[in-house]
Amino acid sequence: MEVPRHWRLKKQRYALVGEVCPSCGAKLFPPRDVCPVCKAEAKTLYTFSGRGEVLAFTTVTQPPAEFADQAPYVVALVRLEEGPTLTAQLTDLGDETPYIGMPVEMVTRRLRTDQGERGVIVYGYKFRPRLQPAPA
Amino acid sequence: MTPIRPLRPQRPVGIVGYGAYIPRYRLPAEEIRRIWSQGKGGLPVQEKAVPGLDEDTFTIALEAARNALARAGIAPEDLRAVWVGSESHPYAVKPTGTLVAEALGATPHVQAGDWEFACKAGTEAMVAALGLVGSGMADYALAIGADTAQGRPGDALEYTAAAGGAAFVLGPAQDALAVIEATYSYVTDTPDFWRREHQRYPSHGQRFTGEPAYFHHITHAARALLEALDLEPGDFAYAVFHQPNAKFPQRVAKMLGFKPEQIAPGLLVPRIGNTYSGSALVGLTAVLDIAQPGERIFVTSFGSGAGSDAMVLTVTEAIEARRDRAPRTEDYIARRTVIDYGLYVRYRGKLNK
Repeated sequence: MEVPRHWRLKKQRYALVGEVCPSCGAKLFPPRDVCPVCKAEAKTLYTFSGRGEVLAFTTVTQPPAEFADQAPYVVALVRLEEGPTLTAQLTDLGDETPYIGMPVEMVTRRLRTDQGERGVIVYGYKFRPRLQPAPA
Repeated sequence: MTPIRPLRPQRPVGIVGYGAYIPRYRLPAEEIRRIWSQGKGGLPVQEKAVPGLDEDTFTIALEAARNALARAGIAPEDLRAVWVGSESHPYAVKPTGTLVAEALGATPHVQAGDWEFACKAGTEAMVAALGLVGSGMADYALAIGADTAQGRPGDALEYTAAAGGAAFVLGPAQDALAVIEATYSYVTDTPDFWRREHQRYPSHGQRFTGEPAYFHHITHAARALLEALDLEPGDFAYAVFHQPNAKFPQRVAKMLGFKPEQIAPGLLVPRIGNTYSGSALVGLTAVLDIAQPGERIFVTSFGSGAGSDAMVLTVTEAIEARRDRAPRTEDYIARRTVIDYGLYVRYRGKLNK
């Protein structure tokens, strides 16, 4: 049971809430309270736009037990528009094949459950191909 | 009989922002017919929207709510209520409203909770929000209708039970893109459709769901509101009715005197199925995507159990600046990947390993 940890991480997981450095302006994700660029204290919250692009990806066919229900799935390194790179699942690929440079956007989805049917549902960020306007 | 009194707020209220969400996957009705009736018989819809493995009522409600907030252009902290109507909340105990409020950034100074009234839980939440804002206790309240409906394999409802949702930020009429002139609700104890505690799939009263349930409640709510406001079907540019299949809303529109072209833009059920608490409300978002200032919209939901909420809206000039701040409902409908019955069985968790 990891309920306190899920609870502590909810802001960053649900909505990509990171930090911005008040001294050099660097955007930080995950939030770490000290700017890795200029070493200043950086505790100002910053919500990322969620837009980014795929830097690298792989398909997971031998997943950890708690992700087995969703396998095979694609995990990617996504570079956010504001700079930071993070690891996340790609979702809603449908019949699309991921590629390096694919424009993606953040959605909040079910990641897994903690302790099966009786445990809490863990939600967090994933990325999908950017939604396109319908053809006129 | 006491005279019919529509609900009207003390201060005028309207929709300040709206948003929809429909999942990517589609199951053609033909595919269900192939599995369960040897490819024979009529079909109530063309296809229905199916949620992916990682989607549920919270994730659907949240994306619709993010779209509504983007259109409203207000800060999430300005919301004083986050209310989610659904019959498929992810938890039996722990409100979906708490999750949506947290993910939007509306916590902690906020009301949050869940509504349940079969397919009209979303409009019920809207009427409550209308009261909260209309009384002056709050400036903004968020009402959502969203579902991942389940149909028992082989049941008639399996053709239509779909997933999707719509969200509405209600606020003072002077900020609104559509003013809510009045609402009227009509409710009785009519057991046309129900699901008992711990049951996975709902049960229904077969043909009983038609005349005494759907048609009775919608026509009574709709006629009462039209009469009280001294309006006629011809006064409206659009009308949206709860859409459990393609036939019912077309028939009830005709019974009330609305023309096919008035209901066409909001009649999404043939292409996405019945999104339950989202049904009439997702239809309303599609209408708001195209409506012009000054046009009137008539909406009547229906929820089994049973009841209807009728609503009259007038679109304002604010719609033009806000419409393009979020994806249109048609963008979600056009993004579609067809799946077969086998993949549907997996996505909806109908296989027990």
